Amino acid sequence: MTNNILMSAYLISTILFILSIRSLAHPETARKGNVLGIIGMLIAVLATLFSPYVSDYLSVLFVILLGGAIGSFFALRVKMTALPQMIAAFNGLGGLSSVCISLAEIVAGSDMLLENALGLIIGAIAFSGSFVAFAKLQGILPPKSIVFPLQNFFNFILTIFAICLCAYFVIGKDINIFYALALLSLILGLLLVLPIGGADMPVIISVLNAYSGWAAVGIGFSVNNILLIIVGSIVGASGAILSYIMTKAMNRSLLNVMFGGLGKNNHASNVNDSLQKTPKSIMPQDAAYLMENAHKIIIVPGYGMAVAQAQHILKTMVDDLHKKFDVEVKFAIHPVAGRMPGHMNVLLAEANVPYEDVFEMNDINREFSTADVAFVIGANDVTNPIAKTDASSPIYGMPILEVEKAKTVFFVKRSLASGYSGVENPLFFADNTFMIYGDAKKVTEDIVSVLERD
Amino acid sequence: MIDIWALSTILLLACFIGYFVVWGVSPALHSPLMSVSNAISGIVIIGALITAGVPYDGLSKNLGLFAVFLASINIFGGFAVSQRMLLMFKKKKKTNEEKE
Repeated sequence: MTNNILMSAYLISTILFILSIRSLAHPETARKGNVLGIIGMLIAVLATLFSPYVSDYLSVLFVILLGGAIGSFFALRVKMTALPQMIAAFNGLGGLSSVCISLAEIVAGSDMLLENALGLIIGAIAFSGSFVAFAKLQGILPPKSIVFPLQNFFNFILTIFAICLCAYFVIGKDINIFYALALLSLILGLLLVLPIGGADMPVIISVLNAYSGWAAVGIGFSVNNILLIIVGSIVGASGAILSYIMTKAMNRSLLNVMFGGLGKNNHASNVNDSLQKTPKSIMPQDAAYLMENAHKIIIVPGYGMAVAQAQHILKTMVDDLHKKFDVEVKFAIHPVAGRMPGHMNVLLAEANVPYEDVFEMNDINREFSTADVAFVIGANDVTNPIAKTDASSPIYGMPILEVEKAKTVFFVKRSLASGYSGVENPLFFADNTFMIYGDAKKVTEDIVSVLERD
Repeated sequence: MIDIWALSTILLLACFIGYFVVWGVSPALHSPLMSVSNAISGIVIIGALITAGVPYDGLSKNLGLFAVFLASINIFGGFAVSQRMLLMFKKKKKTNEEKE
């Protein structure tokens, strides 16, 4: 009887979790979705606590409250620009949790050898990989791609070795082999993420997200629990789909992102004749006069905006343009802008930009031809028309925001340096392009002070 | 005990559900999707509770307790940061005033 109650509780929380993700289809319903997820988790945990499997409550409740306090503390304090590293950190802890469970199961003498080994391997890779991603995003490690000779070959050998150890453990049931497998998986996770550079972070964060889901599936098999399998695979699917969307938006394959860290840095030295030209630049004040006389402006934010924390002053600029000068202002977001999927949308939402004014690439691209000004702030590669024309370029085939179709293009940039891909942007030298040199926040403040001059 | 084929069938079907549900998520909400799914992946706490809830002490129980601790950070942190993010996504408020 108790088992029936437990199973129906799990069934209900499964449904709640599915509905929770489903509600994220629209910002209107999304908040409700998060609450559904919380209720689902509450039901699942309570049902397990009251099941015959758990008979020691005091220590369990204590660690739940302790972990909950720590998690909530960081979640409520983190700055929205630091969101990617926090997601990475949480992902890593989830992975480590799976590692601990599979170790505990094996120590306790579980017979599910292969299942536990899979949970262990995936969890350990998710943990150490997320750890490196966190360190890179936080600036503890250099964000650039860290490579050494024969890296891929070395990783390949290690992977083969891990598979052999795994098989050896399943046959021999030697717990020391299990510890060795844990260590090896941790090293693999480190090596997989070290070569990933800054702008590829959205992909690797999604991949690690998927890993934490698949680790839950492994644990689900080892403790024979349907809820873990269903929820884990939904999380795994979510991470996998996000990685697919991100790699698609860069016109690369997942393998290329994960193992192609090599070689691409060479391209920067490829100096072209056209680059001997100097681009036109303009002062923020003059840009402000131009913008207040425009009818329609499309703003293209990128990671540079996040670094400079310019989203709030940008919102002030938009409000001034809209209210005082009756200019129509929209935002255009490239799928890989920022350091995690949807990063720009959250930053703009934080600055109170209504989500109806923020458009995805495919929805707004045709509107650039009707815009008077395209205001590119802290973005570069995602606007580079080379991606459409030059088949030899590393970014060839990447879908771009077609800012070059606007009457005037402003690039707010610190310098003329090329973007992450190392490819020069010929748009800087186009007749209708004006560079506004300076820090994104400072430039926007200067523009706002002109707009609010009386 | 549920047999491995039944579990594998469930896994396969769940992958299909995940596939369709996740494709429906608005690209603007991909960050909240990550943090919600992150929190939900804390469901491993169920497995952790079962290993930690045994009445006798030992390495296995302590590992289980540590796993409960880690998963709780994940769950509370993930849901809290999602709620913070989702509260920021607002509609245009002044549409009515502007029309008047």
